[in-house]
Amino acid sequence: MKIIVAIKQVPVRDSQLKPEAGGRWIEEGDLSFEINEPDAYALEEALQLKEKHGGEVIALCLGPARASQTIREALAKGADRALHVEEEDTAGLDTLGVAALLAEAAKRESPDLILTGLQSDDLGYGQTGVVMAELLGLPHATIIMQVEAGEGKLRVKRELEDGWFQHVEMPLPAVLTIQSGINKLRYATLMGIKKAKTKEIKKLAAADLGGKRASAAVLEKVYAPQRTKQTQMIEGDAKTAAAKLVEKLRFEVRAI
Amino acid sequence: MSGVLVVMEARGGAWNRMSFETLAAGQQLAAGLGVAARAAVVGSGVAGLARELAGYKLEKVYAVSHALLGEYTADGFAAAVEALVRRDGADVVLFPHTYQVRDFAPKVATRFGRVLVSDATGFRAEGGLVFVRQLFQGKLNADVRVSGDGPQFASIQAGAFRAESAEAGQAAVEEFAPELAAGTIRQKPEAPFRESARAVDLTAAEIIVSVGRGIKEKENIGVVEELAKALGAEMAASRPICDNGWLPMERQVGSSGQTVAPKVYVAVGISGAIQHLVGMKGSKTIVAINKDANAPIFEVADYGIVGDLFEVVPALVAEVRKVRG
Ligand SMILES: Cc1cc2nc3c(=O)[nH]c(=O)nc-3n(C[C@H](O)[C@H](O)[C@H](O)COP(=O)(O)OP(=O)(O)OC[C@H]3O[C@@H](n4cnc5c(N)ncnc54)[C@H](O)[C@@H]3O)c2cc1C
Repeated sequence: MKIIVAIKQVPVRDSQLKPEAGGRWIEEGDLSFEINEPDAYALEEALQLKEKHGGEVIALCLGPARASQTIREALAKGADRALHVEEEDTAGLDTLGVAALLAEAAKRESPDLILTGLQSDDLGYGQTGVVMAELLGLPHATIIMQVEAGEGKLRVKRELEDGWFQHVEMPLPAVLTIQSGINKLRYATLMGIKKAKTKEIKKLAAADLGGKRASAAVLEKVYAPQRTKQTQMIEGDAKTAAAKLVEKLRFEVRAI
Repeated sequence: MSGVLVVMEARGGAWNRMSFETLAAGQQLAAGLGVAARAAVVGSGVAGLARELAGYKLEKVYAVSHALLGEYTADGFAAAVEALVRRDGADVVLFPHTYQVRDFAPKVATRFGRVLVSDATGFRAEGGLVFVRQLFQGKLNADVRVSGDGPQFASIQAGAFRAESAEAGQAAVEEFAPELAAGTIRQKPEAPFRESARAVDLTAAEIIVSVGRGIKEKENIGVVEELAKALGAEMAASRPICDNGWLPMERQVGSSGQTVAPKVYVAVGISGAIQHLVGMKGSKTIVAINKDANAPIFEVADYGIVGDLFEVVPALVAEVRKVRG
């Protein structure tokens, strides 16, 4: 089974985020980056499917030059090779623009299965995989918690709201968006890291893939949200704050 | 026909409540743009739901019905809604941001060469149309300007608008049977199911102490469990804690877990992503302990302590024990 996994590089969790001066995006200067969390689960799922059914796992990433670090990590974990659509001005693309480039890159590989994370931790549009499926004319399913691959078809477990699930069957090739927690992530081994250095990362430019579409949805301004709720912030060192909070829970909330 | 079209969601003859929040949003947007609002319900045998919808201030209600829409499929719903939007000719199409909408609405938008502005929390009609949405799981906001002719598509975040503010009125119902062929629907859904009977009913708890990824390791969960014990509270958790198996799934609070509204909800090391907030923001009193003063959880908290949970929580345990004896 030939599997493409679309992965994205995002700022590490718990980063202190500041809008940049022009307000078009965030200040990236001091940030570190990592693989988008749901994408890590998508990659793991691809690796497990390959272990079960054989085949090849190709990591596909659209992002600036710095994303090659995340791509190397995917190769170290076991992806066989990678496609890097190198694009510095990702903020200038909307989700349709991103998905169109990814879909075109994927199409040339004629994969059996395309996996993506269900959403990115930065923009969080949650639709790159669905749009890719539409552009490629493939069936899809989202928020996937289990994948069983059979002869020419898939049976997947979709997460629904409130703890409900549903199995869905569909023919291959197909696109799935993977939910965090579907599996247990592996660590890269030393051997894997060494091997990754010899694996191929093919660089592609937007121009090779039919060029960039004009944005229909433009990120115009990024800003800190305005707090509307009156939160009583309790100050002081841990002991003082704890004592004050307990007093409030006793006398204002009457819960203790 | 210009206007705002709201695509409601129902399953098994019952509304998804978020639909009415989106209906309210649609009415407000239509008023802002100076156009009419219309709404649609999609399924099989939706006449009753459509009649109910006709009691709202809308220009028209569509009952979009077909035998192949009885069970949700991405292909079936995308085709039906695409046909509806083409027939209606709305300038803006709004959906509630549900799991189902995440599954098919981006497909519909793509067919119009548009982007679904997903999980929007608001909008402004100023020299065009601007949607407000969150970035980085609520840590920042963004204005997204949509442009180009033809319909714009957006889905509305849970809780961003109040369902009660949807205005009553009277609308005519129009039946619409889209052309669908069984062969074009590639997904074969099975019956929805629940993993197992819930052994823990968090909804009965007076006090809930909920732990998030700030706890860092499984071995540290005990730190927070001590607080739950001291307060006589139930333990709950954010999703990553349950995904990692540090606490059982049945203690997960949020859109894919339980929805709770205890007297006191103490969120420890939880950032406050929308999928967590929808499960607990109805709590009477919310306490947040987080080292990041900008964490979105403080937006819903009544009391907040900015600090390291590994210092604050043990101190809290000691103080609670003092008064409880
Ligand atoms: C379809 C879908 C469904 C989902 N369903 C759910 C759901 O049902 N429930 C749910 O919870 N999530 C759900 N999620 C996931 C959700 O989006 C968030 O990823 C998740 O809630 C984050 O959990 P968290 O706050 O524990 O972790 P993080 O976001 O990583 O936050 C950890 C927090 O801990 C703080 N912290 C770190 N160290 C310390 C310290 N020493 N002291 C104090 N604070 C510290 C940090 O400042 C941070 O705010 C869902 C996501 C999707 C896409």
